[in-house]
Amino acid sequence: MKTFVYIDHFKGEVQPASWEAIGVAKSFGTAVALVFGEGADEIASVANAAFEYGADEVIVVDDAALTDYRAEPYASTLSALASSATPDLILFPTTARTRELAAMSAVDLSTGVLTDVAKFEQDGDKLVATRPIYEGKVLEKTVCSGKPIMATIPARAFPKPERVSGKTGTLTKGAAKTDALTTVIGYSASESAVNIGDAAVIVSGGRGVSNNPSLGLDEAATAKKGFEMLGELATLLGGAVGASRAAVDGGYITYAHQVGQTGKVVTPDLYIACGISGAIQHLVGMRNAKVIVAINKDADAPVFKQARYGVVGDLFQIVPALTESLRKKLGK
Amino acid sequence: MKIIACIKQVPDSEAKVRAEDGKVTWGDAPLVINPFDEYAVEGALQQKEAQGGTVTALCIGPESAKDALKHALAMGADDAVLVSDAALAALDTVGAARVLAAAINKIGGADMVVFGRQTLDNGAGLTPAQTARVLGWPMLGLAGSIKVEAGSVTVDRIIEEGRQTVSAKLPAVLSLVQSIGEPRYPSFMGIRKASKATIPVWSLADINASAPAPVVTRIELMNPPVQEREVEMITGESAAEIADKLADKILAEKVL
Repeated sequence: MKTFVYIDHFKGEVQPASWEAIGVAKSFGTAVALVFGEGADEIASVANAAFEYGADEVIVVDDAALTDYRAEPYASTLSALASSATPDLILFPTTARTRELAAMSAVDLSTGVLTDVAKFEQDGDKLVATRPIYEGKVLEKTVCSGKPIMATIPARAFPKPERVSGKTGTLTKGAAKTDALTTVIGYSASESAVNIGDAAVIVSGGRGVSNNPSLGLDEAATAKKGFEMLGELATLLGGAVGASRAAVDGGYITYAHQVGQTGKVVTPDLYIACGISGAIQHLVGMRNAKVIVAINKDADAPVFKQARYGVVGDLFQIVPALTESLRKKLGK
Repeated sequence: MKIIACIKQVPDSEAKVRAEDGKVTWGDAPLVINPFDEYAVEGALQQKEAQGGTVTALCIGPESAKDALKHALAMGADDAVLVSDAALAALDTVGAARVLAAAINKIGGADMVVFGRQTLDNGAGLTPAQTARVLGWPMLGLAGSIKVEAGSVTVDRIIEEGRQTVSAKLPAVLSLVQSIGEPRYPSFMGIRKASKATIPVWSLADINASAPAPVVTRIELMNPPVQEREVEMITGESAAEIADKLADKILAEKVL
């Protein structure tokens, strides 16, 4: 089976699930990585990494029309490559860009997209994909009768292949389609380069982070202090800071950190929920974490029903003490 | 400005959804407008208020989906259309996009088509971009703000790496996210207007479309494995003692 793996990058920074997709492709046969963009250095560095993560072949498309991601030219370029090279499968990491790109190419190629696939099974010549529906309350097995089959995989669902330094393969150049319908005016980075989707550890805060009268501060200042405290623990554990919707709506932290239905669905190894009561809209975003720790003042908070370990108490006391204790025990 | 807001009806997110006898069931939980689509309606109404014009809510679904359209009307949409046809029982996202595009063309004259970013049921989030592709219109996905000026629309896209500002000529397709603003509650007057509204129901023949054959099909439904999650409460005399015990438990899980 020949698989195209779309390497999703932003200015040369690759979404790590792209490498996991190479691993999946290799398990089926040949992996051909696709790298789109503009600029020889940026593209070469992404292409080299793709080889080192196991791609047998890399097709690069370097063109001024592809400087910034824009849905239309990217989709048309992908569709043209797929029409001529006829892969059996095209894999993508699930990201903001690839959802559009895959969606549009599927229209061009009269096929379909299986999104957020958690598991693939080969059944004769069929590829059966298991994916969550209804926010993960139910799972479905689906097949795509079109060619090529297109599928996206979420971060951390499949093992990342080992990176073999210096490995190379066949590099070919593809042609860009330049049918742009949009103009990119600018870009502003999130103030913290947070990508909770890829984090192995997430320390998350909710409304409770703003609530500590003993600090004698107003709500916003308390929340700021609270999130700094969660940040210290997250940094110690090499993780990221998450938040509930209540915390984002309260203006304590930006939307990029939000876990849950209208934010991100995350599957870290460790999720520490601090001052989060656990509305269903939050729980659907984190309940597949390997180990969940909940710290909350309210012993009846629904978050405890999802947790492996629970502490009823004041997060302003427990979290710093936990940071201190883990710092000692980890020898950091 | 003529804006079309595409919405869907789904089980409420509090519903206990399960797979049973090869079907998805949610007991007697209510069906509601897809929560993500409320942002689409909200964004459309904001633009109507800023620019003048109309908002039409559009939905594919059974007769009962009129309730979701009525919610959009109660929020302030001017009119609503339901596309309903027995031949649409098995529809994949490309098929839904083709049907929506046909209905959008039949409504005619739209400057902007807005979607929520995904639905609560299938959750694929493909239909907005696929509808744009079928229409041949620009796609501005995951927009957190909208500015319309002289026949163009500029949005801030909320992406993994931050915010990207992108513009396109109208007509365009947008998907809107939470940053657009809290969806307004239906007003008393709005609810009254919605309850009296007659919602036209269009068949595939009415929109000049044939039933698209699904390419993506479901072959099995399963309930996720039940997680044995007995919570272990950590207690102690002091925060330090609790923290020490908790740290040991976390380390023993070997997740760090």
